[in-house]
Amino acid sequence: MTSLIQTLSATPPTASRRAFMGRTGTLSAVAVAMLAGKDTLAQGMGADTSKDVGILNVALGLEHEAINAYQLGAGSGLLQKAVLDVAVRFQADHKAHRDALVATIQKLGGTPAMEKKLDDYAKALNADTLRNQGDVLDLAARLELGAINAYLGVIPAFASKDLAKVAARLAADETMHYILLNNAMGRPLPAGALSFGA
Amino acid sequence: MMQRHGVLVGWVLLAAPLLTATAQTLLPDPTMSADVARGQALFESRCGACHSLDANRVGPALRFVVGRTAGKARDYVYSGAMARASHTWSSDKLMAWLGNPENVVPGQAMNYRLDLPQDRADVVAYLASLAAH
Repeated sequence: MTSLIQTLSATPPTASRRAFMGRTGTLSAVAVAMLAGKDTLAQGMGADTSKDVGILNVALGLEHEAINAYQLGAGSGLLQKAVLDVAVRFQADHKAHRDALVATIQKLGGTPAMEKKLDDYAKALNADTLRNQGDVLDLAARLELGAINAYLGVIPAFASKDLAKVAARLAADETMHYILLNNAMGRPLPAGALSFGA
Repeated sequence: MMQRHGVLVGWVLLAAPLLTATAQTLLPDPTMSADVARGQALFESRCGACHSLDANRVGPALRFVVGRTAGKARDYVYSGAMARASHTWSSDKLMAWLGNPENVVPGQAMNYRLDLPQDRADVVAYLASLAAH
């Protein structure tokens, strides 16, 4: 069941990491351009802008936590190299989400939520209970599933349809993470259609 | 034309029961009672991105939310609107909150909704079961 993980990390580790670091910057820039660079996002938004900013800040809080959760997993020494590479890749996605959300919040005149200390996330996520690779993957999968449902659940609350679409796109990335993590743990696909969000 | 019309009517007649069946699966069944175990599973999958039972994360800890005064979880920094709230979280209040938090506390920061009443009832029953212990 690690075949997908191995496929994703088939590039030699050093080259992969270097490529990853370069790709991260590119991804962030592209994401920012796509999310925050759309001037129409900031235009035509009226009294509900602050509400949308509030929703984006909750999303930013999720991304901060996800980045730190993957950091805890990567630093735990519990992950095999191939799995570690994928975890770092997923963390890069969350960093791209964070950068895009921060830029969008600022463009809308809001103040981005601050990241907490790694130790605070470790305590809140009970990182001291992680004993093996399966524990780390299970934690990551639970957070990704929660994020999918959180993003889908706030879509109706956005005043801006553009931002609602952003939430859907974020959910799509988290779904990709969740399915791959589940696959790596040998878990089955979701039982049926419409299993997310409701 | 008549034949095409007949085919169309046939499709509508065939599709009607299917559409009804689909709608029923997406709508709440008012005869269902709250299921605590299902509520726990829903809490973990739908609320778990932001909430834990015993730790403040993106949202406040929720083990003892039923019976707690709104906006007063220890050491959690609330939005201004929620910090000013003074109601007690009853099961009914939580049902309303999960259906549309903005209707309960305008200006709140959560905004997440559980669309199906059955899902809300199960999650609230789970939270109520925790507070009872």
